[in-house]
Amino acid sequence: MILQKKHKVLVQGITGTQGRFWTERMQEYGTTVVGGVNPRRAGETCCDVPVFGSARDAVRELGPIDYSVMFIPPSAALEAATDAIEAGIGHVVTLTEHIPAHDVMRIHAAARHHGARIIGPNTAGIVTPGEAFAGIMPAFNPRIFQPGDVGVVSRSGSLGTLISLQIVKAGRGQSAFIGIGGDPMLGTTTSEALAVLGEDPRTESIVLVGEIGGTMEEDAADVIRQLDKPVISFIAGRASPPGKKMGHAGAIVMGDRGSYRSKREHLEAAGVVVVDTPGDIVGELQRLTA
Amino acid sequence: MDFLEYQGKAVLAEAGLPTPAGRYCETVDEVVAAVQELGPCAVKAQVPTGKRGKAGGIRLVANAQEAAAAAADILALTIGGHEVAGLLVEQQIKIARELYAAVMNDLSARTPLLLFSTQGGMDIEEVAANNPEAICRIPVPMDGTLDTARLEQALAALDLDDALRPSVVRFLQRLHALYLEKDLELLEINPLAVLEDGTLVALDCKLTVDDSALFRQPDLAGRGAPERRTELEERGVQNGLKYIELDGNVGVLANGAGLTMTTMDVISHFGGSPANFLEIGGDAYTKGEAALQLVLADPKVKSLVINFCGAFARTDVMTEGIVAAWEVLKPEIPVFFSVHGTGEDRAVEILESRLGVTPHDRMEDAVAAAVEAAQ
Repeated sequence: MILQKKHKVLVQGITGTQGRFWTERMQEYGTTVVGGVNPRRAGETCCDVPVFGSARDAVRELGPIDYSVMFIPPSAALEAATDAIEAGIGHVVTLTEHIPAHDVMRIHAAARHHGARIIGPNTAGIVTPGEAFAGIMPAFNPRIFQPGDVGVVSRSGSLGTLISLQIVKAGRGQSAFIGIGGDPMLGTTTSEALAVLGEDPRTESIVLVGEIGGTMEEDAADVIRQLDKPVISFIAGRASPPGKKMGHAGAIVMGDRGSYRSKREHLEAAGVVVVDTPGDIVGELQRLTA
Repeated sequence: MDFLEYQGKAVLAEAGLPTPAGRYCETVDEVVAAVQELGPCAVKAQVPTGKRGKAGGIRLVANAQEAAAAAADILALTIGGHEVAGLLVEQQIKIARELYAAVMNDLSARTPLLLFSTQGGMDIEEVAANNPEAICRIPVPMDGTLDTARLEQALAALDLDDALRPSVVRFLQRLHALYLEKDLELLEINPLAVLEDGTLVALDCKLTVDDSALFRQPDLAGRGAPERRTELEERGVQNGLKYIELDGNVGVLANGAGLTMTTMDVISHFGGSPANFLEIGGDAYTKGEAALQLVLADPKVKSLVINFCGAFARTDVMTEGIVAAWEVLKPEIPVFFSVHGTGEDRAVEILESRLGVTPHDRMEDAVAAAVEAAQ
């Protein structure tokens, strides 16, 4: 999940306006884009790379590919993600929002079967400052991303961007930014992203940007206890009205987890410094790692 | 989209799952006619909230006279903030036992999850808390199947008659199939009644369909409980904006759900109270003008925070929209900006040259100033 220049990247939906625009930004930044996919434009060239009819065709022609980035509308996301997974691509960055939840579960089942990792859906992508990025993050903005030793895990693209900017403003930089996505059901959970940063030798400290809803932050507490790196967190949604309740079934499965208070308590019990406003993150970071 | 009980039961009935004979009514006269036709009935408030029984929203009636009184009483109720506008009148049936059955998206496991208990009824959440082994949890991965042998094995430890077991297995399989076919987030039957002859009947139904899947579920689109929206929220929907009206007096306009929620959090942190949730991120980032009009249309708003942090969304485009609308509307309320990210330099230039406003470097400072100005 920590993207490097040596990783080969395929862009599914490369020929669309967004696909083309962000492929150019990724290429300028240093991402090794080896090809694109559009079933109706196979054989053409786009952004100086060949366009294939499917991810499987791309892998057959080009050899193993490490990452795929999907600029694909929700109704076609299942087919595109399955294509990438079955082609043996290990990481599928799923930017698409509003994919039907059953399709997300189908994608996840396929990923489990083939040992692939889904990042997202509804993620803004992943950035390794100074190396490469995949997605729709302003990696190329030097005020927001600089190489450094702070790993950032964020559900939100906009808030993750703000916090990245504050890290750079304080004279620090990021080892990696992992946008795990804003959907309620994600391929890569907070725990899994934290575990990756835990093992990353360049990451010295971790900023966790969470949100109310779901139980990912609570579930991450156990992983955090095993880390020997400081974790600072901001959880968005303290002042938001509670989300909708999923009948009794929701209460049976979630219990009293999911609220701001529950998340904060679980994280603090695991030793995380939880701040009240995003502006406090950098101060805590300097205090803990100076 | 949530379905009310009577709407969910219609979906069950269309799929051949048994429900009591019933009629949906909106007036006392309709209720009386239904009871004259069906005999002794339960009259049940149709509201999108739980605990209606405890609020007096369910009454058993034996005849037309009782039906008229019960209908008049329940139609006058407000349950959990919802005025009762409709009633489901259902034939009373003799129940031997109450079970619980549900299928839902398990967000953590990212698989469908089947739940079943022989202790159905109003206290199922207490059963879950105090006696969790009484609830059978069966994950059914999308690439797996819910075959009879597997279900029988999962139910083996539960207190179920051998005669009942096959029909429970069949019912759960049909519930799971309906959940898959209709792209449901939740399908919950509580109680699932066992009649004296062993027949299973869905006495209540909670059904939620995935809004993102409505494009391929045309027969469910538009059938659920209408969302209650304020006039301004309705305007938001029409403009393709996610807008939620709140009680406070500090207006909020930001991009991205995470940053918008955070702006509200920081308003509360400084002792203020947000007037709304409004994000113009994603594809809506070009809608600054419509968004500003919407926030300002709320007379409660005494000051405004505009907080942009652009990645995909360009802050110069959002700011241009805001400033253009500001020049037309010429609002009198104080506004405080914080603008960072893609297009920031151009956005700052637009604000300084056309509004004479310099954005705050820290969003906390913009918010604190807005909270103070609103007081």
